[in-house]
Amino acid sequence: MASTVSTPEATRLAASGTTTKTGRARRKGPYPYWFLLAPGIIYLVFFVVPTLSSFYFSFTRWDLFTSRWIGLENYRTFFAEQALVIGLRNTVIYAVLTSGLKVVLGMALAVLLTSKIIARGYLRSVIFFPVLVSAIGVGITFTILMNPEKGLINTSLARVGIDGPGWLTNPSLALVSVALVDVWKGVGLATVIYIAGLVSIAGEYNEAAQVDGASRWQLFRTITLPLARPATASVITLSLIGGLRSFDIIWAMTRGGPGFASDVIGSVIYKQYQAGFYGLSTAGSVVLFLLVTVIVVPLTRWLNRGED
Amino acid sequence: MRNTRGVVIGGAAIVFTAIFFLVPFAFILALASQDRVQSNELSFSWPRPFVLLQNIEQAFSARDYLMVIAFINSVILTVVSVAALVFLSAMVAYVWQRRAGRLGNVVGLLVLAGLIVPPAIVPTIWVLQGVGLFKTMPGLILVEIAYGLPFCILLFRAFIAGVPRELDEAAVVDGANPLQVFFRVIFPVLRSVMITVITLQSVLIYNDFQNPLYFLPGTQNATIQTTLLNYQDRFTSQYNLLFATILLVMIPPLIMFIFFNRKIVAGMAAGSVKG
Repeated sequence: MASTVSTPEATRLAASGTTTKTGRARRKGPYPYWFLLAPGIIYLVFFVVPTLSSFYFSFTRWDLFTSRWIGLENYRTFFAEQALVIGLRNTVIYAVLTSGLKVVLGMALAVLLTSKIIARGYLRSVIFFPVLVSAIGVGITFTILMNPEKGLINTSLARVGIDGPGWLTNPSLALVSVALVDVWKGVGLATVIYIAGLVSIAGEYNEAAQVDGASRWQLFRTITLPLARPATASVITLSLIGGLRSFDIIWAMTRGGPGFASDVIGSVIYKQYQAGFYGLSTAGSVVLFLLVTVIVVPLTRWLNRGED
Repeated sequence: MRNTRGVVIGGAAIVFTAIFFLVPFAFILALASQDRVQSNELSFSWPRPFVLLQNIEQAFSARDYLMVIAFINSVILTVVSVAALVFLSAMVAYVWQRRAGRLGNVVGLLVLAGLIVPPAIVPTIWVLQGVGLFKTMPGLILVEIAYGLPFCILLFRAFIAGVPRELDEAAVVDGANPLQVFFRVIFPVLRSVMITVITLQSVLIYNDFQNPLYFLPGTQNATIQTTLLNYQDRFTSQYNLLFATILLVMIPPLIMFIFFNRKIVAGMAAGSVKG
């Protein structure tokens, strides 16, 4: 199709067409704004309207049909009730922990996979595949693997004489365990982003530095790390947004338990919704929105400073 | 020297990834192939007897073939949402990229907001109820489209920036109207980025759990992911069937991955760097 249009004759016609009056009049023609109509309406109705109205409903007691203004009460509950405060704190811990680990491990794996080793294609595929599989499936599988007595992880540790912990049953460990599974599932994406960043760094830098006698660690510190900065910025931004919103894996593995030990805002929103506290649940959505905006927007600005 | 080093480090990496990344999948396959008694031991042992096919058959037929209904629902959801996303986001990206202006800035702002802002769930249910689409497949599809648009538009826009304007202009001179210019000239050129969008969004929407959970509750409406969660509670003493279900759920992404490995990886890397 493309080749038939871009024949010399068509190009010549186009060139002459733009010089005529009709051609100039038509210039704006093939980009009509009504192309935006259908997607615009869908986006407005199902994303923009709910987002904007959430601010109103978060100040109400609400049963989907009638809403009554109760001022800041939902927010007061959110920051006063222990279970909900834990959820707030856990959300930040979870997001920071997962994105930190994804940056470090993704970078390390990308350096490994861009060096001269065997089986690079296979290794990349194996590390990336978990990104594509169902979070629920992964969550259930690791819940079984982390079973304190019968699970494969602790029985393997027992063989080398280590007494494995109750990964998901110990309240102070449950959130970290789920975060580790999240990293297992998501590190492939970070790795791929870093690989794309690293291969775009010109080889001459490394060669020149090697000629000057720089060590491997110096090469990494002074060349790879600074030049991979855009990749780092995307990995951090993506995994922070994903981490703050996370729900699927946590719900499949612990349902926020034991107690409220691994609750995050996402699971709090669902629990309050199930309990019929629609106003409170919506306040959770607004808190999540504010949290994402307050953390991610300035951070992205800072990470991308000096670019463009 | 260099080569030995590469073999040693590569070999170590193969062993490491086998332990951390292949064992969990082998474990799924093992439990899915064991009989009920053995699978309840939760041990990573060789299945005796090997009853994978029987387990899959039982996982399918459980609860009046709920899995079959769930698969059909998931396929409808994925195919319709992705098809609509491809057309709608390509059209937006095309007009946005070609026609700079105030409306273009508004589009840019909305796209950026869509990538960052987490959706407000209960108000979305309220809107769905208002238009009579709560607990319906069309409602869920529209929500998936709304959530998927920003990322798809960005991918298409980046690609369209590399398509010469002369193509559109030549078609106009040949007497094509805007629809013809878009569908006959631009759309076919987008083939490569389209494959990326299709594979990426298919995997995302097929794996989506949260939106079906909220917007399409009810057994008859079950998608594959909500059914899987349901079976987690139901099959607590039949781990062979639970893991046969997990195996089934993971097969479509595996097939996608085998055929479109490079496209998916390239798309995810490119999209995230631009986004």
